[in-house]
Amino acid sequence: MDIANQLQRQFMDYSTSLHREGFVDDQFTQLQKLQDENSPDFVVEVASLFFEDCEKLINNMARALEQQQGVDFKQVDASVHQLKGSSSSIGAMRVKNVCIAFRSFCEAQNREGCLRCLQQVTHEYSLLKNKLQTLFRLEKQILAAGGSIPIVE
Amino acid sequence: MGLKLQQSHHHSVAAKVNEQMGTKRGYTFIQANRAWIPKFLLLWVMVMAFLSIWIYKKMDADNKVRRKEVLSSMCDQRARMLQDQFSVSVNHVHALAILVSTFHYYKNPSAIDQETFAEYTARTAFERPLLSGVAYAERVIHSEREKFERQHGWTIKTMRREPSPIRDEYAPVIFSQETVSYIESLDMMSGEEDRENILRARATGKAVLTSPFRLLGSHHLGVVLTFPVYKSKLPLRPTVEERIEATAGYLGGAFDVESLVENLLGQLAGNQAILVNVYDITNSSDHLIMYGHQNQDGDLALLHESKLDFGDPFRKHQMICRYHQKAPTSSTALTTAFLFFVIFILVGYILYGAATHIVKVEDDFHEMQELMVRAEAADVAKSQFLATVSHEIRTPMNGILGMLALLLDTDLSSTQRDYAQTAQVCGKALITLINEVLDRAKIEAGKLELETVPFDLRSILDDVLSLFSEKSRNKGVELAVFVSDKVPEMVMGDPGRFRQIITNVVGNSVKFTERGHIFVKVHLAESTKPMVDAKAETCLNGGSEEGVLVSGARQFKTLSGYEAADERNSWDSFKHLVADEELRYDASINTTAADEASQNVTLMVSVEDTGIGIPLIAQDRVFMPFMQADSSTSRNYGGTGIGLSITKCLVELMGGHISFISRPQVGSTFSFTAVFGRCNKASFSDTKKSNAEDLPSGFRGLKAIVVDAKPVRAAVTRYHLRRFGILVEVASSVKIVASACGKNGSSCGSTIQPDLILVEKDSWLAGEDGGLSLRMLDWKQNGHVFKLPKMILLATNITNAELEKAKVAGFADTTIMKPLRASMVAACLQQVLGIGKKRQPGKDMLNGPSILQSLLCGKKILVVDDNMVNRRVAAGALKKFGAAVECAESGKAALKLLQLPHCFDACFMDIQMPEMDGFEATRRIRMMESQANEQMNGDMDEGSARKGEWHVPILAMTADLIHATYEECLRCGMDGYVSKPFEEENLYQAVAKFFKAKPISDS
Repeated sequence: MDIANQLQRQFMDYSTSLHREGFVDDQFTQLQKLQDENSPDFVVEVASLFFEDCEKLINNMARALEQQQGVDFKQVDASVHQLKGSSSSIGAMRVKNVCIAFRSFCEAQNREGCLRCLQQVTHEYSLLKNKLQTLFRLEKQILAAGGSIPIVE
Repeated sequence: MGLKLQQSHHHSVAAKVNEQMGTKRGYTFIQANRAWIPKFLLLWVMVMAFLSIWIYKKMDADNKVRRKEVLSSMCDQRARMLQDQFSVSVNHVHALAILVSTFHYYKNPSAIDQETFAEYTARTAFERPLLSGVAYAERVIHSEREKFERQHGWTIKTMRREPSPIRDEYAPVIFSQETVSYIESLDMMSGEEDRENILRARATGKAVLTSPFRLLGSHHLGVVLTFPVYKSKLPLRPTVEERIEATAGYLGGAFDVESLVENLLGQLAGNQAILVNVYDITNSSDHLIMYGHQNQDGDLALLHESKLDFGDPFRKHQMICRYHQKAPTSSTALTTAFLFFVIFILVGYILYGAATHIVKVEDDFHEMQELMVRAEAADVAKSQFLATVSHEIRTPMNGILGMLALLLDTDLSSTQRDYAQTAQVCGKALITLINEVLDRAKIEAGKLELETVPFDLRSILDDVLSLFSEKSRNKGVELAVFVSDKVPEMVMGDPGRFRQIITNVVGNSVKFTERGHIFVKVHLAESTKPMVDAKAETCLNGGSEEGVLVSGARQFKTLSGYEAADERNSWDSFKHLVADEELRYDASINTTAADEASQNVTLMVSVEDTGIGIPLIAQDRVFMPFMQADSSTSRNYGGTGIGLSITKCLVELMGGHISFISRPQVGSTFSFTAVFGRCNKASFSDTKKSNAEDLPSGFRGLKAIVVDAKPVRAAVTRYHLRRFGILVEVASSVKIVASACGKNGSSCGSTIQPDLILVEKDSWLAGEDGGLSLRMLDWKQNGHVFKLPKMILLATNITNAELEKAKVAGFADTTIMKPLRASMVAACLQQVLGIGKKRQPGKDMLNGPSILQSLLCGKKILVVDDNMVNRRVAAGALKKFGAAVECAESGKAALKLLQLPHCFDACFMDIQMPEMDGFEATRRIRMMESQANEQMNGDMDEGSARKGEWHVPILAMTADLIHATYEECLRCGMDGYVSKPFEEENLYQAVAKFFKAKPISDS
């Protein structure tokens, strides 16, 4: 029980830090709330879907932007839009914010800016992935220790 | 949102381009040739100068022609007259010649001698006005000279009066008129002129003239006329020899042309104007002058020649006339030309001025147009900015609200709950405000439409008050609301807009008020009118109030005792209102139906504050947008000054008007009217159920005493307590209560036995011993079996020390912090009385999800979204409420799944999807359904009909609220929309609407 408490505290600290640093927003909390006994792995499931989606989209964008002549900005924009939708759904705030900037570069057809944003998105994405994986690991540990996952406010 | 705005932006840009094209094409001729305008002016001036010169010339030429005509007619006239006169004279001389030949030669002896001739000629001189005299000279041949000389007794002399030398023949004058008697005996043949004349005369037998010469006597220029006189009758066609042979003598006359012409001309008009010369032009190379001066002065440029025929074919004469003076320059021509020039120069200048003015105006116009385009662009930018910012604010606000909702689910003390609820309400109001900011554009465009839904006015007022409670409490300003009981509980109208109005006005008041109070009062507009009449009426039940009216000497009878700008709100008039209500209230609590005859109810809302007021000079622009009292206002108090202008628009939309009374340093009172519809009972009870903020009914029938020295404030407290059905008595001080209870306490008399005693902090502090007496009262009552009344302290702000003191003084139960509002009062009372403690206040928060659950449980719902993550999240959220969820990843897949017949109860559709977007998919689904319905209707005749039509509710899911405007969704056949990410309340609203409206989906 002691371990569970400790883990719970750790979990709390960690997720507040995620909120504080802006990796996730309240939408993520909403997601966590949606998780119940009927769908115990809901968040993990959604997150992994998101990561798959992200990777696919990032690859798409990278490919599109690599074209030396005639970058299809429309295609890039569509991908960014998708990514923005996904990230706002999951509450990945920092990814979403980069996406907003990304879209404006797309509209301006600024290849340099787009590439920079792509880099940022990739960076943010991998950061988030790491963070969330850690969070999920903690969750698992809590569950293994017999504790319940606290609701973060 | 972005898309939509951009579209409109593109539109406006396109429109602008069109406009500019239009104006380019619309450039006038003047504008196009503006550089030429001065040159045109110069050209004009030159052309006009030439024209005027031409006019002058033309007029001058006309003048000259006329002058010439006048001259020629005058000249001809003179010539004719001269000629006539001359020929008359010649004729007479001719007659004289015949006379001489008849009486001197045919008669023998001669009937004429010198005397006879002289007398005859003298008496007939008038017949020959041009002749100075006539004389007769006889032809004498040299052989007969001596005989002739002898006969006459004198010798023949020459013109120089010398005895004549010997010649072949002579022509001595024998008869002469007296005027020329000096030529008697002179030989006419001796003068060169006369000799020639004589020779020519006798050869032709006609009158002959000499060339002009100086006459002997007068030295005037003259000519001599000579007629031959024949001795015998001549044959019919005599030869020259026969004539010479027959010649007996010569009759001559001297024409003194000079004096005679002078004489003649003197008789004619215009004599001075012209100069007449008469010439003998027999020798065409050398004209001899007969009349006039040789030196030719006068106008040389113009002359007229007239021929003269004096009857001598050998001699030719002519008359030349000219003007004395040169033709004067014609002043009329000159002035005409000059005036013409001046006038047309002026015309040209006017045209020039007009052209430059047109150019200037057009330039200004273009400049304005450009400015307008820029202003429009700025407007678009502003809208874009507003849209973006509000969108970005919405997201974090959702977080705040979600957290608060979670917080409220936990176990909280009443104060904490109040704070959390306040925070939540504020957050919601903020979101509403953001939406309102977006709607501002609509107001400006006149596109705002008001909702008509039933709502509870009082709870809205409570909400607004709680928005500002924190602020007012910090400032120590008393904030209170009073709603007349005559105002129906539920009215039909736009609650959002009403809240906006109240928020604006109260917010303003809060901003500018540092002390005193802010008092919101709502009553029927009609009840303000009979206020004066009501005065008498109050006497009936004013008895109890008489005792209450013990106010301080310099205290105003307002809520806080500070002076207010509008006296109408002071107690004097307010009490009538309250009293009036009391009557009604006592009579029938639930009879608001009494005057429900009319469909509408006009409410009068006034917001009174004791703030800094509005400077007089600024009062007339209070309702103008972006105008504040002065620039320092926004520095000190912030704000844009837009609120009141929106408020004014909204009030006018609600069929009312807004006005204010303000006195600087005293305060302002804004009052407005608004027309609302009355609720019919059915919808009334319906909405009441769903209305989250239902007041607890557990307090009905309780009795309370309010101790407050200020009647207005007491009335407000009473109003709030009455809403719970608590009977309220007002006392002005603790002492009165104490004495009242003391008197009646034991006997349980007619006055109420209070369950609650609410004491205003001021009243408590005012009578320090009052607290003591109250405690005494407590003890006394404790001694008896009576239930101890609960003591509650009412305070706007209270320090900890005071709080401690209050507890000691006996207010251990609770302190209600002002502003009073239903939920909070209810919570406090619950705490105090221990009724319904079980999570009562949190009821509404539990309601939403459970209702949602009941609505959605077991429903089969299709979620269409191309984004896997979104899909999953939406599905998760819906599943949580018990719905069976199926997903489709594109519009096409959705179409496939929705092939009829299907068993979906609803469909949530993403809007932006590749290939086929949500709108398109919906359109196709609707098409499919309508086809099916048509078919089905055909079948219906055969009786195999389903009980309704196919119409699966489709709800749009979108992240941008602006893009997916409701209309756009409706246009393509959708039933509503929910914002993404899902929010319980939003979802509930959307779902509840069509699950209720479309019962078919239950089947």
